[in-house]
Amino acid sequence: MSTISQPLAPGETVWTLPPRGRVAMLSLIVAESAIFTIFVAAYIFYLGKSVSGPAPRDILSVPVFATICLLSSSVTMHAAIAALREGRTGVFNLFWIATFVLGAIFIVSTAREWRHLIYDEGFTIQTNLFGSTFYSLVGLHASHVIVGLTALAIVAILGLAGKIRAEHSERCEVISLYWHFVDAVWVVVFSVVYLIGR
Amino acid sequence: MASESIAIEARHNPLSVVYEWLGTADHKKIGLMYIVYALVFLVIVGVEAILMRIQLAHADATFLSPQVFNRLFTLHGTTGVFFVAMPILFGFGNYLVPLMIGARDMAFPRLNAFSFWMTAIGGFFLYASFFAGSGFAHAGDAPDFGWFAYAPLTSHTFSPTHSADFWNISLLLAGIGSIGGAVNMIATVISMRCPGMTLNRMPLFAWMNLVMGGLVLVTISPLTAAQLMLLFDRFLGSHFFDVAAGGSVVMWMHFFWIFGHPEVYVLIIPSFGFVSEIIPVFSRKAMFGYPAMVAASVGIGFVSLGVWAHHMFTVGMPSYGNAFFVLTTMLVAVPTGIKIFNWLATLWGGKIRFSTPMLFCAGFLFQFLIAGLTGVMLATAPFDWQLSASYFVVAHFHYVIVGGILFTIFAAFYYWYPKMTGRMLSETLGKWHFWIFVIGFHLTFDFMHVPGLMGMPRRVYTYELDRGWQIWNQISSIGAVFQAIGILIFVYNLIQSYFAGAVAGNDPWDAWTLEWATTSPPPEYNFASIPAVRSRRPLWDLKHSDDPDWKYE
Repeated sequence: MSTISQPLAPGETVWTLPPRGRVAMLSLIVAESAIFTIFVAAYIFYLGKSVSGPAPRDILSVPVFATICLLSSSVTMHAAIAALREGRTGVFNLFWIATFVLGAIFIVSTAREWRHLIYDEGFTIQTNLFGSTFYSLVGLHASHVIVGLTALAIVAILGLAGKIRAEHSERCEVISLYWHFVDAVWVVVFSVVYLIGR
Repeated sequence: MASESIAIEARHNPLSVVYEWLGTADHKKIGLMYIVYALVFLVIVGVEAILMRIQLAHADATFLSPQVFNRLFTLHGTTGVFFVAMPILFGFGNYLVPLMIGARDMAFPRLNAFSFWMTAIGGFFLYASFFAGSGFAHAGDAPDFGWFAYAPLTSHTFSPTHSADFWNISLLLAGIGSIGGAVNMIATVISMRCPGMTLNRMPLFAWMNLVMGGLVLVTISPLTAAQLMLLFDRFLGSHFFDVAAGGSVVMWMHFFWIFGHPEVYVLIIPSFGFVSEIIPVFSRKAMFGYPAMVAASVGIGFVSLGVWAHHMFTVGMPSYGNAFFVLTTMLVAVPTGIKIFNWLATLWGGKIRFSTPMLFCAGFLFQFLIAGLTGVMLATAPFDWQLSASYFVVAHFHYVIVGGILFTIFAAFYYWYPKMTGRMLSETLGKWHFWIFVIGFHLTFDFMHVPGLMGMPRRVYTYELDRGWQIWNQISSIGAVFQAIGILIFVYNLIQSYFAGAVAGNDPWDAWTLEWATTSPPPEYNFASIPAVRSRRPLWDLKHSDDPDWKYE
């Protein structure tokens, strides 16, 4: 085959493109944001439109501790990635596992909230329009947290086995992008459900 | 050259061939599977259309029952959009984009396979409804609420069997496939380009796939969200679209059309890509106004996100809402006009070769213009109040989808079939295909506007003789027969040429983009050495090293 290469233009001999993992994760985040937008829009539109009780004010309490945990997990995640880039794998493991624990506290807290609502208050997705939108929106977010926790756990196990080194920082960063996104979505969901909607 | 025969070995056992295709992560094989899969569904969609046209050819006809008619138009619409147009365009994108940007595969080959199989399972699942829609004991049921599935028709009251669930889950699966495909396409175009292939030098088809990928992310996702709500409503007893509990059926309309209108642009933008590749090659000129083309496409993408409620003028909106959606919708005509003028300017003064791909592109230019003009008519809210949900609308969007998108898909087949198979499609059969199909298309859809203007609503299974609609419907039905003959010639051509077509060689059209630099069909690794480019037409530079393009760009 004759070569199909042309001599490169001057100044273009160094050819670097954005890493594909990061591009793909950012694309996925755009798509996920669109999904959340629709659920948030439905939540806001249906606020106060339920024909029967209970209303958000009657049964929801603000999950302050869980929110603090989830939001601080973004900080520990950032610290973990920064440590990995410098090759300090021990610090990376510490912060990565801290991130996992904080996320786990959040999901357990959500589980306890739901248990209380379902068993003590008798409030389910079928109860009224508020129930439909509440469980879907918070549940959609919680399912994203669970996916994130799964990814975190896999990396944590690999990290404890000593398999995560500085050259994996790009891949771990892709997971961290997803985790930061899940946190950012919680800011929106929390504001809409527990602050504005209550 | 010598190393390229490696992949051809190990094809003796037919089982291993099946395994090789089912388990493949090669973008070319996946692309071909998308295309073949979509062609099967194209034939199914055609059969459904023919059945409906037979029913409508006579006033008071009893060929189909109203129930069967409802199922047919629902499946026709759903299948046409999700399991013909989408996969065929994803297929061409999958096959061509890595070749055009000088890459060896998509960014994520296994995600690519996953996306294809999700889409494929979605399509099979939709048709499984025929066997299991009301449980296996009472087989033979299919969704019957139209492709946009307005609530409350999808509620248990009106869709008591599982047919609605098959529809629902089928589109959820296909949606996951589409989002995966779009993520992959964006990552491929951004991160896999060969050295020198700046965004400004990328073939327009790759650009269009990038724009399409971005649109899929923000349009298919809302549909997925709405389908999840419907899923919760039907399986978990939530109340999103349940009016009795305070839910809103208009919410479904908004959610659906937030997806539904940009979806048209998801389909037409890669079609623009086909045309922008084919017209320059057959005019023997470089594309006119490349940056304007890119800007116009990105512009169409953005504007298309703000036009959805023009599907809902008859629902009743405040006058500000109406005015907003009228104006945004009309705004689409501006970048679209820029594109049409750029194609015309490319043709202008060119040494035009009217081979079959070019014929279909010429047909596209005329028909897409008319489709756009009826679109502007329907964008005017008071006009839409008269004609919404009439056959005028049906004629308009079939003008876009058949006259626009399908014509470019045919053009793409005639243009790239030699690359994919190594054989030329027959030009004689191609010309027969084009002329018969063009006659059929215009018989069907030109004359379909008329009963619409006379007030014939869409989705009626029959009509009375004294309405004066029969003659127009008969002409449309005769046109459908022509179109079917055209498609049969096309399918015959595809099969016949695969075995007996003229050998194509690497570059049968004397074209300029990278896919023509490798063999036909390309080896599994696409390029023996990764190419490097300096202009928008790397093969021109290669063939005319005394006068390369990069001196002028």
